[in-house]
Amino acid sequence: MKGVFRDAGLSALIALGLFAPLIGLVTENGESGLVLRARPVAVAVVVSLVFLGRLLMLIRGRRIALPSKFGPGPAMVRAGKAVAPVLLIVALLLPFGGSRYYVDLATLVLTYIMLGWGLNVVVGLAGLLDLGYVAFYAVGAYSYALLATTFGLGFWSCLPLAGIMAAFWGVLLGFPVLRLRGDYLAIVTLAFGEIIRIVLINWVSLTNGPNGITGIPRPTLFGLSFSMDGGEGTFAGFFNLEPETIQRVIFLYYVILGLALITNWFTLRLRRTPLGRAWEALREDETACRSLGINVTNTKLTAFAIGAMFGGFAGAFFATRQAFISPESFTFIESATVLAIVVLGGLGSQLGVALAAIVMVGGLELLRSLLSWLADEMGSELFAGIANELPLYRMLVFGLALVVVMVLRPRGMVSTRTPTVTLTRAGTPVGGGA
Amino acid sequence: MLSVTGLTMRFGGLKAVDEVSFEARAGEITAVIGPNGAGKTTVFNCITGFYRPSEGGIALMHETGARFALDRMPGYRIASRARVARTFQNVRLFAGMTVLENLLVAQHNVLMRASGFTLLAVLGLGTYRAAAAHGMEKARHWLDRIGLIDRADDVAGALPYGAQRRLEIARAMCIDPILLCLDEPAAGLNPRETDTLNALLRSILDDGCSLLLIEHDMGVVMRISDHIVVLDHGKKIADGTPVEVRADPAVIAAYLGEGDDDEEAA
Repeated sequence: MKGVFRDAGLSALIALGLFAPLIGLVTENGESGLVLRARPVAVAVVVSLVFLGRLLMLIRGRRIALPSKFGPGPAMVRAGKAVAPVLLIVALLLPFGGSRYYVDLATLVLTYIMLGWGLNVVVGLAGLLDLGYVAFYAVGAYSYALLATTFGLGFWSCLPLAGIMAAFWGVLLGFPVLRLRGDYLAIVTLAFGEIIRIVLINWVSLTNGPNGITGIPRPTLFGLSFSMDGGEGTFAGFFNLEPETIQRVIFLYYVILGLALITNWFTLRLRRTPLGRAWEALREDETACRSLGINVTNTKLTAFAIGAMFGGFAGAFFATRQAFISPESFTFIESATVLAIVVLGGLGSQLGVALAAIVMVGGLELLRSLLSWLADEMGSELFAGIANELPLYRMLVFGLALVVVMVLRPRGMVSTRTPTVTLTRAGTPVGGGA
Repeated sequence: MLSVTGLTMRFGGLKAVDEVSFEARAGEITAVIGPNGAGKTTVFNCITGFYRPSEGGIALMHETGARFALDRMPGYRIASRARVARTFQNVRLFAGMTVLENLLVAQHNVLMRASGFTLLAVLGLGTYRAAAAHGMEKARHWLDRIGLIDRADDVAGALPYGAQRRLEIARAMCIDPILLCLDEPAAGLNPRETDTLNALLRSILDDGCSLLLIEHDMGVVMRISDHIVVLDHGKKIADGTPVEVRADPAVIAAYLGEGDDDEEAA
């Protein structure tokens, strides 16, 4: 028991070291510039939470960690099967129930889901660790932006072109890194992501450098634009509606929902083709693949190309939604976020990626709006304060979530793998324990 | 069918294989034996394209008369074109995939050709349907033969060791090889599993696939091989039928560790 307290005390000490500067000190606008203010109470609360949490964990023993050792029970499998349809229905109906804020947030989440699904092909299926995925997102976004602003092409004709461009760059990245595995591959892809960004910053004559590209056209619905004048060729004019921004926001939401669902459908089908199985085999054992006559080079390149293509689609969507892009949007942190979503969700699991994206991108926002709602209802200063500061701790929460998931479920939130083909057609998922 | 001539493999200053020549005839089980570090696996890796030999040639003749220079082909083509399959000393299955999936991955090239650049397979159309059904039939056939039909949908990594060995052989056979190279197939098996394995190898031979195997266990080798090549310190020291090899003084010396091969080599 004494050891337990000592361990908890040590954890509290580490927490103190971490949170004293992180939470304990804030800068505020004072009368003569910035003033440093100390918040000992907040630190004390967090540190004692850590102390108690660690104490509970130690007393309860390792029981919390146990679920990951076994496959999911039948009840969980049944519940898991219901999650995807429920999510889909919620996604389809969301614009009818939510305010603009939620539709915007859901659009952002869906963009990350689509990026996650694209990266899942490369990392989850083919097992190639890619830290520079944002490069393809950038290629897609700039392809659309430049084609649209230079040649006046529309979103729908540029979308496939953006995908093809990104796939092309995926193959280009693939060639030099074919021989690399694991850590080495990760480093080179990381560099590739940075190279693309730096080229975008410095090639001013093409990309307008750090100032970015403005006035990127919005997508149209069968030729109907969503401009605010409400004239002949516009959505509002055609349907005799009052022109409102929300119409465009909802349309964009359905566009990304459609794109994401296509990505999902395509990936799920791909998994069951010989190519998809070869990707997974490649992840399991490259040497054995070679001994079976599988052209490892081509198989890797197709994985890079298809993963990059989805990234490119997402990029084109990002450009059309923002109407403005600059290299700042394509920093390493984006790659890291998408990779974290894939790893947290469970490598190779489509549902896991979707859940992780919802939690990681949308979760914090939802928590914030919940807190500010609580603050309004209860008139609580504390909740209001936390809600206001929450965005500052985004990366902290992100890191915490990563650690927690990796401790409790080392193979990600959804760690089961459904076989691509079964002899009995029963289709029972395979436990992640083995 | 397979002729290895003057095969030499250097790793830096070390000659792992030194001027080794031998033949493996069609319809026979040829065994390569030798003490630890004799260069057996290196010879194997050269034949199956995992190493490129420093010197010498490896030629494979098909019944059709087609001739393949294995020492100059990219590794994966040795399996897909020359149809030489192999297994590994430490079993290399796709451990996270099911038994059935392992056997289907082995038919990758056939299925891939039928899948019309994957597009037909994604849509589940046309020739791919027939090819996929045929692939399943073949997998089922092999599952029956190795007695794993009941575990087809289990993860390969969860099988007992003996079953993993058999599965690896079945997976190699799914590429329709004319020569199957086995790297110590009996290692780690109990006597009963070894008997099952021998029966499986015999039946594969009867189907018209020749075998080349590395083996440590002299008992197994003497019982099932038609022709034995003995290596020691990278050189061939004997070549012949089991009876001849067993009586060869150089082989006895190598296995009992009395030989002066080092001085002879120098």
